[in-house]
Amino acid sequence: MIVRILGEGQVDVPDEALERLNELDATVEQAVEAGDEVAFKAALDALLDAVRREATPHDVDSLDESDLILPPADATMAEVAQMLSGDGLIPG
Amino acid sequence: MSLWKRMTLIFRSKANTALDRAEDPRETLDYSYQRQLDLLSKVRRGVADVATSRKRVELQVNQLQQQSDKLQTQAEKALSVDREDLAREALTRKSALTQQIEDLRAQHAQLQGEEEKLTLAQQRLQAKVESFRSRKETIKATYTAAEAQTRIGEAMSGIGEEMGDVGLAIQRAEDKTANMQARAGAIDELISSGALDDASSINRGDDISRELDAMSSHSDVEAELARLKGAKKPEALEGGSDILEPSAEKETAERPEERS
Repeated sequence: MIVRILGEGQVDVPDEALERLNELDATVEQAVEAGDEVAFKAALDALLDAVRREATPHDVDSLDESDLILPPADATMAEVAQMLSGDGLIPG
Repeated sequence: MSLWKRMTLIFRSKANTALDRAEDPRETLDYSYQRQLDLLSKVRRGVADVATSRKRVELQVNQLQQQSDKLQTQAEKALSVDREDLAREALTRKSALTQQIEDLRAQHAQLQGEEEKLTLAQQRLQAKVESFRSRKETIKATYTAAEAQTRIGEAMSGIGEEMGDVGLAIQRAEDKTANMQARAGAIDELISSGALDDASSINRGDDISRELDAMSSHSDVEAELARLKGAKKPEALEGGSDILEPSAEKETAERPEERS
């Protein structure tokens, strides 16, 4: 499974790690919904750390699409909320 | 739906709409490649802008550090002439500068981080652009327009995602740098107005220096007087004898001539 951490590029994550990563992803989502910046920061750090720990770099010159995309490590909760809105931060 | 799935869908739809479809799919390839080259140039400019801001902050840190060192020296000098009030004033001003220096150092570290991130983003995009270029040429040379459509879709999806990612990185770096530039501008004004020389931020000039200089000038005069008063005559005579010695030799040398 190819995962892109915005600002860091693509990595390959083994499928067996997905269940654990999904739990961490759910924690990030809950923090965003609750509007809890501190919990969001901790949850996002934990998720990104887990992805980096499990992952190997994806070929830098490949033109593959990612299966999953994650916010940048220094993203604020407001930025993530904006990214998820229709005319968010993502260029295009 | 989980966060990363929502992010993926939004990102993908943005990346796809970012690449306009031309009449001939092969034109789409060329158009997309041109956009990639434009983005690469923009990233290079972004790296250069961040580096410029970083150097500016470095310069400001050095200027404030020099000012801080000067105040430290003044405090020591003031204490040496029993002016604790002046020493206290100098150290108070130094303390305000120390806070400014710490803030600027934190900014500097942040800018350095942005610079490194953008440099890596540039390298990643560069690798994908080169890969896209060779794929583009293969598609144009090998496939008919109808067959090319599928291949183009494959090539475009990956590069579109990368362009979106790098575009976002550039945008965020620009925002951060703009904020820091504004703060750096305010510090520049403070430095040039001389307000940072003065803890009360009223432009009185460097009054500690003036007072210390006056005292120093007075004490220099006193010290010189004391030195002159304390000058030992034997030393002067000793020196005199050195001066006289060649003359004595000269006299001795001249005597035989007088006899002859």
